[in-house]
Amino acid sequence: MNACAMRPAFNRDKIMHQIQCPWCGVRDEAEFQYKGDATVVRPADDADEAGFFRYVYLRDNPKGWHTEWWHHVAGCRQFVKVVRNTLTHEVAATGTPADTLQVPES
Amino acid sequence: MSVGGKRLAQGGAIDRDNTIDFTFDGVSYQGHPGDTLASALLANGVRLFGRSFKYHRPRGLLGIGFEEPNALVELRSGARTEANTRATGIEIFNGLVASSQNRFPSLGFDLLGVNQLFGRFFTAGFYYKTFMWPAAFWEPVYEKLIRRAAGLGTASRESDPDHYEHSHAHCDVLVVGAGPSGLMAALTAALTGARVMLLEDRAWVGGMLALEGQLIEGAPAEKWVDAVLHQLQSMDNVRVMTRTTAVGVYDHNVVVGLQRVADHIAVPGKGDPRQRLWILRAKQTVFTAGAIERPMLFGNNDLPGVMLASAVRGYVHRFGVTPGRLITIVTTNDDGYNTAFALHEAGEPVAAIVDARASAGELRLDPEALGIKVHRACLPVKAVGWQSVKGLVIENEQQQRTTIDCDCIAVSGGFNPDVNLYSQTGRSPVWNEAIAAFMPAEHRPGSQSAGACNGTYSLAECLSAGAACGAQAAAAAGFDKAPSGALPAVPATDTGTILAVWHGRSEGKVFVDLQNDVTAQDVTLAEQEGYVSVEHTKRYTTLGMATDQGKTSNVNGIAVLAAARGEAIQNVGTTRYRPPTVPVAIGAFAGHERGKNFQPFRKTAFHQWNVENGAVFVEAGQWLRARYYPLPGEDIMAALKREAKQVRESVGMCDVSTLGKIEIFGPDAAEFLNRLYINNWLKLPVGKARYGVMLREDGHVYDDGTTSRLGEDHFFMTTTTVNAAGVLAHMDYHSQVVWPELDVVFCSATEQWGGFALAGPNSRSVLQKALPGVDVSDEALPFMGVLSTSVDGMPVRIFRISFSGELAFEINVPWGYGVAAWERFFAAGEEHSIIAYGTEALTVLRIEKGHAAGQELDGRTTATDLGLGRMASKTKSFVGQPMSQRAGMIAADRPSLVGVKVVDSNDRLRGGAHLFDRADDVDSRGSMGWVTSVTDSPAMGRWIALAFLKNGSDNIGKRFYAHYPLKSEVVEVEVCSPHFFDPDGERLRG
Repeated sequence: MNACAMRPAFNRDKIMHQIQCPWCGVRDEAEFQYKGDATVVRPADDADEAGFFRYVYLRDNPKGWHTEWWHHVAGCRQFVKVVRNTLTHEVAATGTPADTLQVPES
Repeated sequence: MSVGGKRLAQGGAIDRDNTIDFTFDGVSYQGHPGDTLASALLANGVRLFGRSFKYHRPRGLLGIGFEEPNALVELRSGARTEANTRATGIEIFNGLVASSQNRFPSLGFDLLGVNQLFGRFFTAGFYYKTFMWPAAFWEPVYEKLIRRAAGLGTASRESDPDHYEHSHAHCDVLVVGAGPSGLMAALTAALTGARVMLLEDRAWVGGMLALEGQLIEGAPAEKWVDAVLHQLQSMDNVRVMTRTTAVGVYDHNVVVGLQRVADHIAVPGKGDPRQRLWILRAKQTVFTAGAIERPMLFGNNDLPGVMLASAVRGYVHRFGVTPGRLITIVTTNDDGYNTAFALHEAGEPVAAIVDARASAGELRLDPEALGIKVHRACLPVKAVGWQSVKGLVIENEQQQRTTIDCDCIAVSGGFNPDVNLYSQTGRSPVWNEAIAAFMPAEHRPGSQSAGACNGTYSLAECLSAGAACGAQAAAAAGFDKAPSGALPAVPATDTGTILAVWHGRSEGKVFVDLQNDVTAQDVTLAEQEGYVSVEHTKRYTTLGMATDQGKTSNVNGIAVLAAARGEAIQNVGTTRYRPPTVPVAIGAFAGHERGKNFQPFRKTAFHQWNVENGAVFVEAGQWLRARYYPLPGEDIMAALKREAKQVRESVGMCDVSTLGKIEIFGPDAAEFLNRLYINNWLKLPVGKARYGVMLREDGHVYDDGTTSRLGEDHFFMTTTTVNAAGVLAHMDYHSQVVWPELDVVFCSATEQWGGFALAGPNSRSVLQKALPGVDVSDEALPFMGVLSTSVDGMPVRIFRISFSGELAFEINVPWGYGVAAWERFFAAGEEHSIIAYGTEALTVLRIEKGHAAGQELDGRTTATDLGLGRMASKTKSFVGQPMSQRAGMIAADRPSLVGVKVVDSNDRLRGGAHLFDRADDVDSRGSMGWVTSVTDSPAMGRWIALAFLKNGSDNIGKRFYAHYPLKSEVVEVEVCSPHFFDPDGERLRG
């Protein structure tokens, strides 16, 4: 199903404030809306309050590589998983929500 | 002796056969095509270009390019007035009007010049020290004083008649600066086939080659420059952009360039913008921005007539103008001698050369053989003269002083590589002792520097460095074809040594920053007062601020600070350079997005009818909504009361097209809604609508609206206008990320269905008349019933829902049928005196019914706060359910929704008022609640409001006081149910 998971990290020299949408191809960053940390996962419905508290409120603020949601609002409206360097804004990999993306060593 | 500049008999890249008339401070002058305002004024003997920022000291020209700190002028007049433009960058045109700035009342005689006599009050941090007390004086007195005394130019108060545009471009190699290094880099990269863009700040290319008489392959360098430019322009893969400054470098080699499309002519050509802001995306960037000469620090070094030595040479060579009749050169390096040689070759006298060093390096000519006196191992002490330079006092190592008569002092304190763009890539420049300057160190991947901006000053080295960087950049961008073309032959030259002299034995005021009037003494004082970090010193003294951002002052300032700290310059470091490198007009950043184009307007399906029927519009986000439809002579209050009354008494129509609409399909659509909304959706029958409330995951109410089941697997959701986009994104997230297993798809239909409410006791009669043959009886279309039908080929969806509390229907038609449908229904209502009502009357009606809207759904309220807690299912989980149960979210004393009405029907209520249980002493007692939505209710005959109040329902029937401190109003109110009108809902079921 997810051919995108196999997609190699594309040439970092070629990204230039652009994001590779798994569905639409390389698109300008302006088409996307940042939707935050993609490493947090909604707990099961019967999880305790602490679990939901973490899901709703607690976020790391990593310096370096981070996995994030970028919503392609002005395109296909899909949530794109993006491995981005918060220091340099380099993008190492993108994929669908189902993909597990390789996060480079910082 | 005559003093000041003059036009030389020959030379210069100007068109002497044609003249251009312009005025400066009301005086008419003439120049030639090719002149800048600076060169033309110099040629006319003008020495005084402005008054300084703090002390109002006379100031002349210092430089020749965008580094100029002094010669800032107000350009043009009327709506096109542009303040703080650099005379050195303005190409003159016929009819150009320029005036000097910061002088009162005139440039020659400035009353505020007495400020300099009180100089000791204007030291470092003077704003902080002087204008502190009393606080009541800050705005009315001190601010006006500061603005009068220290203002730079004045902006026009008229709207700019020109337009500005944004443009995007991609390239493989972007070269910034078209000097010898830049031309070589661009040419070398272009010959590999790479797409190349070359930006040049000036109107012409060549950089230093256009400013001084160098030879390439035995001919004047301009010939080579022209040949390379011609070659570049003939290549399809190259774009050369002059009058374009790289103002910022961002991540991923995004470079923003400012192109001055029409600044050199009076009025832009038809369809042309004045300026164009380029957003350039380059695979590789090569900075070849050159270097900026450093002024020297000595007394009165700000007098008109003190100029950069390279600038003096440039005016002679490029414009055929000499800035003085008898010029003294003061230098710390070999390059200063070149200015003396250029003057000599132009037949102009040189008063003397003052060299800080005991001996110079290998020079092109022997100055003494030319009859030029050289003072070696001497330092300048002070310039003499009142309005302009009359002489220079120098001192030798034995502290013997000599005065040299001259009307111009050309100084060279060395060259600072222009590291602005490099620094913007996030890297720090490092101090290099050999050139006594900061230069780039390790570059960010994808960018390089070549030539003078990389600390390389000899022509031969600049050309070879440019070629190497160009080839490397092209290869890195994937063009690895071996570069062709040989380097042009130039003699290898030794640029010699430099003696870094900073603050010698000077007398009088020694200016470090001419634009901000910051002296060396100020920097030393700041250090003594504890501002030892370069960033703090900058802010405390204002060194390096304002329009030139310290292009000629930063390094001298850092050196003075280092001396005061007793440390090496590299330990002090530089301040961080930030975009923009040169001032950019706000208009260029705004582009076309100004005025009515600031953002698009969204117009409803019935907009044209609303316009033609006199609606007054309100902007709701991007939407233009009909606010009320006044009859002749009616004000807003009269109109909204009439409209609301007519709905209650007969029938009205209200445009609700702006509501968010989302079509949802799929076997799991009901389950999806069940997880999004707090109430149950699985058992909603087809053909029925239901009111739903959504929470955010943090447990607060997010949005509400009516969602209908049009088929087993087909729902139609409505959202509030303001959350239409947000709810769609919320659904995207949950369906794609949280519950990808649900088989559901949806898309926005907001602009596919135009909607209007048909409300009032006569609404069914109107509906029936508009839709003959459709059964709209209470049995066929009961409360919360939904009917999909069509009439005369027009699809119609009818929802029997009510926001007004009256018998009402919401009618949806495909957007394009909007006006036709509206007119059909409006005509059908004629016998009942149907009216159109706007958002104001809609608000009156919903407040009378106690329906929560945006003011109540403010992101801090829970479903229970809003009186909707009982809707929440106890048997399922939904978004926000877990967090809605936290202790603070279910606390008994949370303010909850109530109604309040004024006790005295003459009183009025205001949104935002706070509620107290006593009329007196409201300030010291805690607020018990607040008023959200107010209206002067026609149905209740007085002002009523929705409010949040602690222990809300327990307080029903009690008296409170609504305190509105902005108007010092305290109004007695009675707490009641929010359902003011028809609390049992008999009317809407009627």
